[in-house]
Amino acid sequence: MLGFLTGLFWVAVVVIAALAAGWVFRTAAIAVAPKKVAKALRTAPLTASFGMLMILVYIVVAIFAPLIAPFGETEVVSVRNAAWDDQFLLGTDNLGRDLLSRLIYAARNTVGIAFVTTALAFIVGSVLGLLAATIGGWFDQIVSRAVDVLMAIPALIFVLLLLTIVGQSIINMILVIALIDSTRVYRLARAVAMNIVVMDYVEAARLRGEGLWRLITREILPNAMAPLVAEFGLRFCFVFLTISALSFLGLGIQPPLADWGQMVKEFSGLITFGIITPLLPAGCIALLTVSVNFVVDWQLHRASGLKE
Amino acid sequence: MSHILKMIAQRLALGLVTLFVVSLIIALGTELLPGDFAQERLGQSATPETVAALRAQLGLDQPFHIRYLTWLRDIVTSGDFGVSLANGNPVTEQISERLRYTLWLAFYAAAISVPLSLTLGILAALFRNSFFDRFANASALTSISFPEFFVAYILIFLLAGAGGVFPSMVNFRTDPTFSEYLYRAFLPAITLTLVVTAHMMRMTRAAIINLLASPYIEMARLKGIKPMRVVLRHALPNALAPIINVIALNLAYLITGVVVVEVVFVYPGLGQLMVDSVRVRDMPVVQGVALIFAAAYVLLNLTADVLATLSNPRLVHKR
Amino acid sequence: MTRLTSFASPSRRGVLKGATAVGAAALVTPWGTPLRAQPVRGGTLRMGMAYGSTTDSFDPGTWENDFMIFQAHTRNNFLTEIAADGTLVPELAESWEASDDATEWTFTIRSGVEFHSGHILTAEDVIASINYHRGEDSTSAAAPIVADITDMRADGMNVIFTLANGNADFPFIMSDYHLPILPAREDGTIDPLTQDGCGPFRIVEFEFGVGASYARHEGYWKEGLPYFDALEQISIFDSAARQNALISGEVDYIDTADLNTVHLLEQAPGVNVLSITGTQHYGFPMDTRAAPFDDVNIRLALKYGINRQQLVDTILNGYGSLGNDHPIGPGQRFFNTELEQREYDPERMQFHLREAGLESLDVDIHLADAAFAGALDAGVLFAESAAAGGINLNVVREPNDGYWSNVWMQQPFCGTYWGGRPTEDWMFATSYAEGVPWNETYWSHERFNELLVSARAELDESLRREQYFEMQQIVSDEGGIIIPMFAAYVGAYSDSLAHPDQIASNWRNDGHRLGERWWFAS
Repeated sequence: MLGFLTGLFWVAVVVIAALAAGWVFRTAAIAVAPKKVAKALRTAPLTASFGMLMILVYIVVAIFAPLIAPFGETEVVSVRNAAWDDQFLLGTDNLGRDLLSRLIYAARNTVGIAFVTTALAFIVGSVLGLLAATIGGWFDQIVSRAVDVLMAIPALIFVLLLLTIVGQSIINMILVIALIDSTRVYRLARAVAMNIVVMDYVEAARLRGEGLWRLITREILPNAMAPLVAEFGLRFCFVFLTISALSFLGLGIQPPLADWGQMVKEFSGLITFGIITPLLPAGCIALLTVSVNFVVDWQLHRASGLKE
Repeated sequence: MSHILKMIAQRLALGLVTLFVVSLIIALGTELLPGDFAQERLGQSATPETVAALRAQLGLDQPFHIRYLTWLRDIVTSGDFGVSLANGNPVTEQISERLRYTLWLAFYAAAISVPLSLTLGILAALFRNSFFDRFANASALTSISFPEFFVAYILIFLLAGAGGVFPSMVNFRTDPTFSEYLYRAFLPAITLTLVVTAHMMRMTRAAIINLLASPYIEMARLKGIKPMRVVLRHALPNALAPIINVIALNLAYLITGVVVVEVVFVYPGLGQLMVDSVRVRDMPVVQGVALIFAAAYVLLNLTADVLATLSNPRLVHKR
Repeated sequence: MTRLTSFASPSRRGVLKGATAVGAAALVTPWGTPLRAQPVRGGTLRMGMAYGSTTDSFDPGTWENDFMIFQAHTRNNFLTEIAADGTLVPELAESWEASDDATEWTFTIRSGVEFHSGHILTAEDVIASINYHRGEDSTSAAAPIVADITDMRADGMNVIFTLANGNADFPFIMSDYHLPILPAREDGTIDPLTQDGCGPFRIVEFEFGVGASYARHEGYWKEGLPYFDALEQISIFDSAARQNALISGEVDYIDTADLNTVHLLEQAPGVNVLSITGTQHYGFPMDTRAAPFDDVNIRLALKYGINRQQLVDTILNGYGSLGNDHPIGPGQRFFNTELEQREYDPERMQFHLREAGLESLDVDIHLADAAFAGALDAGVLFAESAAAGGINLNVVREPNDGYWSNVWMQQPFCGTYWGGRPTEDWMFATSYAEGVPWNETYWSHERFNELLVSARAELDESLRREQYFEMQQIVSDEGGIIIPMFAAYVGAYSDSLAHPDQIASNWRNDGHRLGERWWFAS
């Protein structure tokens, strides 16, 4: 019981600290941002502000990783599994590399890979989806049936199969995961766009003789943006999970590159003995996921036009 | 109504085509994998003679298209899915046992996660932007950003392990009774619940909130109807289509995508069978499992579409 | 994922020693080593095993993973047995003798041995069981090791084998796990998928890739054995799940512990870690025909570029010993004690690079954890240490899936493991002799090949020792493989289990005979 109460207390402390950080960030951002942005920022709830702050921190860490990390990414600096101390703030990993440095470098690799993969999946998926909805007819039929087939094969097993065939490299991994992910994006984009293409204003634009490209970028995309952005938030974090699951099944990122998904897998056995090291990379993934989705929620809320 | 029947018939026909194409892709994919069954089976002890003999014995020396067409012909003419290359057991027999376990686990997890996520989603929409909403959201997001096996390890650490309440592995040595099953499969079911709940809950919330700004809801609210009633009676029915869709997707995932959870809890499901069979290139088994997975996906999608159509009177009585 | 024991074989003396052990062992206990405490009968042993696949089969020609190999020794008996101390002792064969040129071998089969089905062992059963692996259309993985048998015939309870070439070590081959004795059918063949056997336990239920349960074979010929009433094998692929199962008491024994967390497992209450160092070793073979590895200086530079102590401490968590680039373990008879241990030395790396006419070198090493547990991490550490001496090692991650068919012996520089062999000759002849199928470095050394043949026939022990010392020296200095470490078999068991003082080191699980050698402490 006491343990539960202490736990609750710490959760409350963390939540309040996070919200306070969000508030500070929002106030500061409003002060320095241009007028238009500042106005939008004023509507941001504290959770979204906290999310933006965290995303900013991740970006900074990723870009300046070599400057921030106390040791090199692959440098063996101590004995294996060293405890937390002043020199190695989070101890060392199973090869004696500084864990904090690995986590920092992983921000660069993991977020980079996840971002490229998700972006690729969204470009391919939404372009095809919007085209299918707008053109319709045989184009829609062919692409939709092809996507149906691809989706009918379990994603993880399909990735496993494709990666074994094409060989393992970061590029291949990005391409294969993006291919599988893009089918999910396609479905969503097409479904959303289908509801939009029947609207009067799209019909009117068609009659005005607007070209296909203009029709999509000017009339349909802006109105389909909200659900797509919401999906982006979730898809983004699913990439970490896919990489992690792949390394569970024996594939994954090329060593000695640091990657959170892989690190969770490597350390996960320790949790059995009540050692919290594996929670660190998992926490990095979770924090980023939550942050991104807080911001997404705020944007969705703005897009829904709901006044509260 | 006939409109719906026609749609079902059409979709089933399309589903068959999908299954055919899936089998072709899987067959080609397995063929493209480096090494064949004979090499993988004999592994490091392979000699050219034994590999050749094994190939001849199993008919692997035939060209790819002959093998595929023979396999297809047996299914179409006699419903025979062939025998496993590895141990000679009929594929249907091998799959049916595991399919049962896979479906049980999927139902178990769904029985917990679907009501849970709908309730949480509706409550979150009702009290949107409240502390409850944020907290439910953040915890759900946190739980899905942990890899499945890691969630499983944490649950094992907390609930099994030394002095724990639940067994850390499922291990059915004999056919379990229903209550025994519920007890032994509790941790995998909870793990899967944690994995799929967030997605469904967020979609429920988003779909409802999406409608709350529409004029008819505004109208209902102005009439002074209580918020709970507005959400349940006015918004929810119209938000059902996307919710049903995401539930179907997640159910399909529970059937087809849980290999990692199976491995951690030593659960005898189809995913492990599929991965093992791919590893040794046991084509008939790979094909059999892939077809089951594809069929589950097609049927669930179809059901979702039918239900979504039924939930919308305008679509039911179209023309 | 264990390798087939080889068609090459141990020394003549090894067999002679085995033959004398026949008499001695029979006086003490018929099944092996002296026991520490009076064993107790009873209980159901539950074992968590790291291997086992849904694609396994009862066909003995297909057995390749530890789950099925353990099954082989639990359900079946063999003609001969390797005892816990490494000597060859009789099992279903009471005794054996060879003609002078060792081309004709006569095995006397034990009488009155009862199969689980009630069938009584005959010489025909032995012939049918071995015949299954022979012949041109054999699909058995053991086909190469019985290829030399040209004829078999029964004479009462004697079975006479005729070999194409004299082989003094033939009885060792008969202990191979692919060669269990199964009951013959009317037509003189065995049913390869039978579940019958004459081992200590009979199969009650078996589900491939999931688990198996056995009950004691009441009619077992080894008196008083086995101690357990029943035995369960459960396939637990995930290492954390396996350890959890042991800690939470769902199993009594796990065959493989995760070396990353074994120090924590050791502290868990009621858990003992079992570490057996034998001949299992890990290595990095180089294709000695392919540039740059065709230059012995490059090979030496790489050998000096690996920090062995670091690998043993890190990858093996201390559960192992240093390797010296040859496959003979410190516990073996002719282990070269005079050979200096090779150390990590960046300066000598640079020296050998310059000898090869190079300033620096970029090479790829192809690894997957299928090669051995921790192979990728070992590669990363290797790359770190080699960089100091001017070699840029690029670790290429290969999929576990298909590693042994697509990477091993295909890529010029990769990873490997060997379970090891009971004798020096067997090991060298398997993987170092010119032109043998598993010569993974494609190495050919004239002097070495000469010594191999002469040492096999040498009866003078000191001369023989000299020859084996020289061979180890040659492999270490000129061979194509880097062997940085000998790895222990590390498993764990609960306090409730007891075992004999001596545990076999030829395989995991007490030589895979744990089922009849261990018992529950009362």
